[in-house]
Order: sequence, then structure tokens, then C-alpha cells
Amino acid sequence: MARAVVNVPATVRRGEVFEIRTLVQHAMETGFRRTQLGEAIPRDIIRQFVCTYNGAEVFRAEFHPAISANPLLAFSTVATESGTLAFAWTGDKGFSVTESARITVV
Amino acid sequence: MTSRRDFLIAAASAAGGVGLTVSRRAHATPAEMQDAVRKVTGGAPVRSGRVKLDVPPLIDNGNAVPLSVAVESPMTPSDHVKSIHVVTERNPLPNVVSVHLGPRAGRARFATRVRLADTQTVLAIAEMSDGSFWSDSVHVVVTLSACLEEGLI
Amino acid sequence: MSALRARWPLHALAAACVALVYAQDASAAGIPPGERRSGYEFMSRETRAMQDDDFANPGTLWVLDGEALWNRKEGAARRACADCHGDARASMKGVAVRHPAWDAAAGRPVNLEQRINACRAVRQEAAPLAYEDKDLLALTAYVARQSRGMAIDIASDGGMRPFLDAGRETFMRRQGQLNLACVQCHDDQWGKKLAGTTIPQAHPTGYPIYRLEWQGLGSLQRRLRNCMIGMRAEPYAYGAPEFVDLELYLMWRARGMKLEAPGVRP
Repeated sequence: MARAVVNVPATVRRGEVFEIRTLVQHAMETGFRRTQLGEAIPRDIIRQFVCTYNGAEVFRAEFHPAISANPLLAFSTVATESGTLAFAWTGDKGFSVTESARITVV
Repeated sequence: MTSRRDFLIAAASAAGGVGLTVSRRAHATPAEMQDAVRKVTGGAPVRSGRVKLDVPPLIDNGNAVPLSVAVESPMTPSDHVKSIHVVTERNPLPNVVSVHLGPRAGRARFATRVRLADTQTVLAIAEMSDGSFWSDSVHVVVTLSACLEEGLI
Repeated sequence: MSALRARWPLHALAAACVALVYAQDASAAGIPPGERRSGYEFMSRETRAMQDDDFANPGTLWVLDGEALWNRKEGAARRACADCHGDARASMKGVAVRHPAWDAAAGRPVNLEQRINACRAVRQEAAPLAYEDKDLLALTAYVARQSRGMAIDIASDGGMRPFLDAGRETFMRRQGQLNLACVQCHDDQWGKKLAGTTIPQAHPTGYPIYRLEWQGLGSLQRRLRNCMIGMRAEPYAYGAPEFVDLELYLMWRARGMKLEAPGVRP
């Protein structure tokens, strides 16, 4: 599975908005590049990213070839309850990476 | 001077067109960007404001440009940002990224890194829960283009 | 070919060529130690921020992969790096800043990639990894990361001398269709512009680097090949002794400067 890193605070106060930062390893091949012999290198990118918080979707993103390789994505969510934040990246050629982080809400 | 690629394409066409699929255009047009915007808005008016698009105006390397969008909104169930879309004028394709939020986001803000292929206008559009659309744009000067440089060494 | 044309327009290169042919010959002294600057200092604010923040630095992905590989049993000997070397944070501290280093078995200096491959062959009984192989990059990134912040410290005495001299000769020698020597740009013209880019001093302070142009991590040899192709010279093959000698000279030239691995470069 490709490497993914997520940055989530371990503990947050209830009701507080906190930032989540994610980084995933993927070449994000645009489909516009060519080999030295002129052959087109086919598009191969991450298409979607979803973050769920104890199963409920709180953030979703659709990527296009203009997203840089090894995509970094930072976003926010409200600390509602302790539990698990789950992250899923899916894309071309059956690309599928998941990551999760536990959060304690006090 | 004819580039080797041009020569090969000409030769292939002359030979009856072998499957050399060539995407000749280097970038989209402002009209294509407007089409992309229309797909999001359905033709509804887009007002300038409430959205803050942050991208450096002078970019020396277009391959990994930090970009963030923030939208003023209380992010309550009755008044929040539903989605934010980023489009460009002169990248090979107009769409960059679309994010879908909701009241659980807390803050209508996200950050990422994008590829920019040319000096152009970058546009961010936010769709609100009341169906209105707001936008911000930044004109960027790009010294070294992404997507168009064949860096395969 | 078009990569070169896109990078450096022919007329600009021709002009540079003419200027350098008539320029003073390269000073033997090189850049005064006090004036040495890492490539980091020539980058934009945004690119520097990308390197400084471990989280934003894509090299982190390779470092984490390297950590996993460090602990994985490999080869016919079913042995992990960790089995002999323990915690890399302790055992690998100071290793990257000393390479290329003398290898008695090889009878010459070897770089980090060669050292890792030698260990794989002898201790793990595993096949060597090719340059730019994902796993080799991950391991070099992980090992180099353990020396981050340390001063580059290359031995130059005794047996190392002839190899260091060979590397210096390559640095000073005019090469390729453009008939340019590394020294002409990187010792004599650093800080000036070439086709919109500021010429750096070419110190290998960040390797392996995440190069924005590659949209990926790569070795010093990959970067050197880029340079040679840019000068329209036939690049040496990966692993060629000419490259290791040149790496040795470049690291020696950067002695005392801090290692930034994994660095980010445009």
C-alpha cells in the first residue's frame, strides 16, 4: 500500500475546530507527459479523498491532474466526540489507500 | 525548424495514420474555464467576495504551488459552504480540485499544492447552502511551467 | 532533446558559452568557505517552507518507507538492517555526512547507495537495488535523515587523495557540446541567472532530494546526470566510478556545511 501520513491532534476540546493535514505518496501522472520516443504516458491519478469521523463523512475532495504529485491536503473539522477519523484515497488503476487516527475529545 | 515529434506525426499521417494519438493543445482556453464554472453553477450568477484564494502571485516553479481557499461562513446547518471549486484559465484542463464540506467542517478552509502551467488567472468558487455562488481570483505569473516541461531525465 | 530546448533556449546557452570561453579560467581557489551557500538559500520562500516542515516535505514519505524497510527481514539470510544496526537514530547518526567513505573491500571510496547494496549482498544475501529504485531511495532517505543538521565531514587523506583529485578533475574539465566545466557556472558564476533560474553553488547538502521538476525523490547521481545532459555531454552510467569520485569531490567541497536531507529543490 502506498505510504500516507496524517497529522491529527491527539486530544481536542469538545466543539473546537481543529485542522487535519494529510500527505499521500502518488506520482499523479497527468497524462500530458511523453517518453523520449514521443509515446504518451497515460493519466494515473488519485481521483477522490474522503474523511469520515466515526463513520460520518465530514470532508470529501475530487482531485484532477493539476494536483501536484504526493498530494498534500489540509482541512478542518469540529471535535464532536472521541473516536476514529478514517481517511481513504481512491484513484486510477484501482488505487486505494486508507489511514486512520484516533482522537480523544475532552 | 521541424521538431522530431512534428516530423513523426507528419510521416504517420502520410503513411495513412498509424495510432499516434497526439494531444496537440498545450492549454485550455478562458472559454473552457467558463464552461467548467458553468458546470458547477448551472449558469447561476457568481458574485465576487466572501472567498479568499491564497496563491503566490509570482511562482518560480509551477510544479508544487501552495494554494489555499478560505470562505467566510458561520458553518451552521442553515448557513454553510457546501463546496469549493478551483479552476484555471490556461492549464491543459480547467479543473484543479473540488472539495465538499458541510457544517461539520467547522471552518470553510482547505489547503493543497497544485500544478500551474502558465501565467494565468486562478479562480475559486464557493457554493453556499442557500444556493448562491461566490468567488475570488488571483492572477499568477509562472516562470517554470508544470505539465508542459518534459522532464524525463 | 526538447527537454533541453525547453529548459535552456539554444541562443541563451550559446551566449553563455561564448561568454565563458573568453572568461577568465576557473580560479583554483574555489568559493571562499565563508561565501558558501546551500541551494536552500537560492530557493523561493514557498519551497523553503516545504523543506522545513517535515509534514509538508514529500521526502517524509520516503523516510517512513525507509524506516519500514530498515526493520524488514530481507534476502536469503532473512536479516533486517535493524538486526545488526539496531535503532538507526543512534547507529546511523553521522553516517551520511561521512559518505563517500573509504571501503577496504572495494579498495576505493563508496557512496551511501553502494554501502547499502554491499550490506545487502554480504549480510542479507539479497540482490542489490538499482539506482533510483524506490526501496534504495527510501533506505538512503532514512539513513541520510539521521544525519540531518550535522556538518558534512569527508576524509581527504591517504588513499582517498587520488579519487578526490579525479573528482576535482571532472569538476574542472570542459565537457559536452557546450564545452562547459562545472566550475565555470558553480564556482565562478553562482548567484547569476541562467534562463530565469539562479545558478546555485552545487553543494550536495540535501540528498536524496525531492526535486519539484521530478515530482519525486532522487539521488545525487540522478541530478548529476541531469546536469551532464544539460551540458549536452554523454552522462556516465549510474554507479560509474567517475560519478562516485565526483560525489566525493562535491561532498568534500561542501565540508562543514549542514546536511538537510531529505531536501526539497526546484
